[in-house]
Amino acid sequence: MSFTLILEQSLNGLQFGLMLFLLAAGLTLVFGIMDMINLAHGSLYMIGAFLAATLVQATGSFTLGVLLAIPAAAVVGMALEITILRTLYARDHLSQVLATFALILIINEVVRMIWGSDMPLSAPEALSGPVQLVPGMPYSAYRLLIIGVGLAVAVLLYFVVTKTRIGMLVRAGASNREMALAMGVNIKRLFTLVFGFGAALCAIAGAMLGPIFAVQVGMGENILILAFVVIVIGGIGSIRGALVGSILVGMVDTMGRAFMPALLREVLTPAFASAAGPAIASILIYVLMAGVLFWRPQGLFPARG
Amino acid sequence: MRKPLAAAVAATSLLLAGGACAADKLKIGFISTLSGPSASIGVDIRDAFTLAIKLNGGKLGGLPVQLEIGDDQFKPEVGKQLAEKYVRLDKVDILTGIVFSNIMLAAVPEAFNAKIPYVSPNAAPSPLAGKQCNPWFFAASWPNDAFHEAAGKHASDKGYKSTYLIAPNYQAGKDSLAGFKRFYKGKIAEEVYTKLGQLDYSAELAQVRAAKPDALYIFLPGGMGINFIKQFVGAGLSKDIQLITPGFGSDQDIIRGVGEPMLGLFDTSHWALDIDNPTNKKFVAEFEKEYKRLPAVFAAQSYDTALMIDAAVKSLKGKVEDKEALRKALKGAKFESTHGPFKLNTNQYPIQNYYLRVVGKDAQGRIVNKTLATIFKDHGDAYVQDCPMK
Repeated sequence: MSFTLILEQSLNGLQFGLMLFLLAAGLTLVFGIMDMINLAHGSLYMIGAFLAATLVQATGSFTLGVLLAIPAAAVVGMALEITILRTLYARDHLSQVLATFALILIINEVVRMIWGSDMPLSAPEALSGPVQLVPGMPYSAYRLLIIGVGLAVAVLLYFVVTKTRIGMLVRAGASNREMALAMGVNIKRLFTLVFGFGAALCAIAGAMLGPIFAVQVGMGENILILAFVVIVIGGIGSIRGALVGSILVGMVDTMGRAFMPALLREVLTPAFASAAGPAIASILIYVLMAGVLFWRPQGLFPARG
Repeated sequence: MRKPLAAAVAATSLLLAGGACAADKLKIGFISTLSGPSASIGVDIRDAFTLAIKLNGGKLGGLPVQLEIGDDQFKPEVGKQLAEKYVRLDKVDILTGIVFSNIMLAAVPEAFNAKIPYVSPNAAPSPLAGKQCNPWFFAASWPNDAFHEAAGKHASDKGYKSTYLIAPNYQAGKDSLAGFKRFYKGKIAEEVYTKLGQLDYSAELAQVRAAKPDALYIFLPGGMGINFIKQFVGAGLSKDIQLITPGFGSDQDIIRGVGEPMLGLFDTSHWALDIDNPTNKKFVAEFEKEYKRLPAVFAAQSYDTALMIDAAVKSLKGKVEDKEALRKALKGAKFESTHGPFKLNTNQYPIQNYYLRVVGKDAQGRIVNKTLATIFKDHGDAYVQDCPMK
C-alpha cells in the first residue's frame, strides 16, 4: 500500500464528502430550524443538475451555466416552499414524510416531461484530463475543481452562519425556534430564505457532480439517503456537524471500498474475502451511523444544548 | 364420377384444415425495460422489433401481427405480472422482448407452463443453457458468457500478462468474469465486484492505478459503463492500461453518452455495423432512416428475433395454433440473420462467430465499432453437455 495510493484515495474521499456536505447543509438547516423532514431535498439536487445541464448547453460555457443554475434552483426551491411545503410545518413528521415522498414522485415525472429521462453534461474540455499532483500520481483535474468549490462553499457558509445577522437568526432558529419567534424574528421569511439557500447548495452539488455521475431522473434518491446519514451522524441542525459528518462518510465509504477486500484477505480465506469484502464495504457507513447513535444519540455536534 | 368426387373431398378437407388451423393473426407479447436508466437498451430492442414487422408489411410469416408491448420498469415482479397478463388473458402465441436475465427468469415460467415459446432477444443465462434447459426457450442473441469468453481469448492472444477485472456484485457480473477467466491464460491482477448501479468509480480507479495491470476488463452495462469510461479517461489511466469491454459495453448507446474518449477501445461481439451481408445492410440502413440513430448490438439481436419468428411461422404456413408444431418450427427456423446464417445448438442457444471490434471513426466521421478479426468460429457454450434435450 503505497503513499500515493493512500493520498489519492483520501482526495477521493474528501471530494465525495464535500459534495455530500452541500446537500447535507441544506437538509440539516431545514430539518433543524423548521423541524420539517423534507424528502424532496434530493429532487432539488436533481432539478439543479437539469437546470445546469440546460443552461450550460444554452450559454455554451460551463462556468456561466452553473452560476446561472444556482439562483434558478433557489427560485424553484422558494416557490416550492411558499406554495406547498409551508402548509406542512404544523403537521407531524409522518404527514411530512408522506407529502414530500409524493413530491419526489411528482417532481420526477415533471422533470421527465420537461427534459426527458436524462441530459448530457460534461466537464469543461480543459479539465477533462488528469493533472500531475505529485510525481507518479496523475489526478482528475475536474475532481480537484470539485474539492476547491466544496472547500470555498464550506468557508463561505461558515462565514455567513457565524459572522452575519442572517446567520445569527439561522442559529437562533436552530437552537430554539420558539424563543427566536418570541424575540420577534420573522420566522416565515427566514424559512423561505433558508429553503432557497438549501436549494442553491443542492444546485451546486448537482451541477458539480453531474459530469461525474449522470444527470438523470431519480438521481436524487440515492444520494438523499447518504445526506440523511450525514445529518444523523453530525447532529441535526448543526452546520459544523454536517461538515464533519460528510467528510467522515465520504472517507469511510471510499476507504471501505478501496481497502476492505484487501484487509479481509489478510485474515480470511480469499474466496470468503472476495464475497464479503464488497458487502461489508457497502454497509460500513451505516455501521458508523449505528455506532454514533449508540454512543451519542444526539449526533457528534448537537445544535440544541 | 369418382375422380371429381375425390377432388371435391380433398378440396373440402383442405379447406376445413385451412379453416381450422390457419390463424388470422399472430399475437406477440413483448415485455421490455422501457423506463429508467437502462431504458436505452429496451428502446433499441423494441424499435428494431417493430421495424422488422414494419418492413414486412405489418406481418410476420405471412400473418398480420398484433403486438402487445409492456414496460417491466426494470423490476422482476412487474415483468412477471406482464407475462401472466399476456399468457392468460391475451393468449399470445409467442412471448419475447425482455432485456435483463433476472427479470426474464422471473417471467418465463409463465410461458413454459402454458407451453408458449419464449424467444429471447437478449438475456440468455447459463442455467437455461445447461441442466435446466427448456424446450420452450429460444435464444436469438448469444449465451450470457460468450462475449466475455471471447474477450478472455483476445486478452490471451494479445499477450496481456495481467488483467484487472471489474463487474457489479450480482449473478450476471460473476458469470461474466467466470466466462472471461475460462479463456484467459494470464494472471488476474485483481477481481473487484462493485455495487450494482454504482456511478462513481474513483476508489476503484485508484486501486487499478496502483495494481499496474496490462489490461482492464469491465462488465458495466448502461449508465455504469458510461460513467466508468469517462472517469477512467479523466483519471489519466487510458494511456497506460488497455481497456477491454464486452460488445454491449461500448456500443452506440454508450458511445452517445461518452463520445470521443471511447476511441481506440477494444470489445467483442457477434455482430457489428459493418458485417457484410444483405440482411445487415438493409437493417442498419432502415434503422437509421427510421430512428435517426445507429443501432446498438441489442437492436440487431431483436431484429434477428423477429426474423426467426417470421421464418418459423412461414414454414407452418400460418398455422400457429399447434404449439408443438410452432416449437419445432422455431427450432428448425432457417434464415439469414444480421450476422449470417442462423444456427441453433441442441439447447436452443445459437452457435455463431464472435469478433474483435475497435471503436473508431467511419467514413462520415461518426464514432462506431469496426470489426477487426474473428476470435471464435462457430462457438457454442460451455453448458450444452448438461442439457438433456437432443
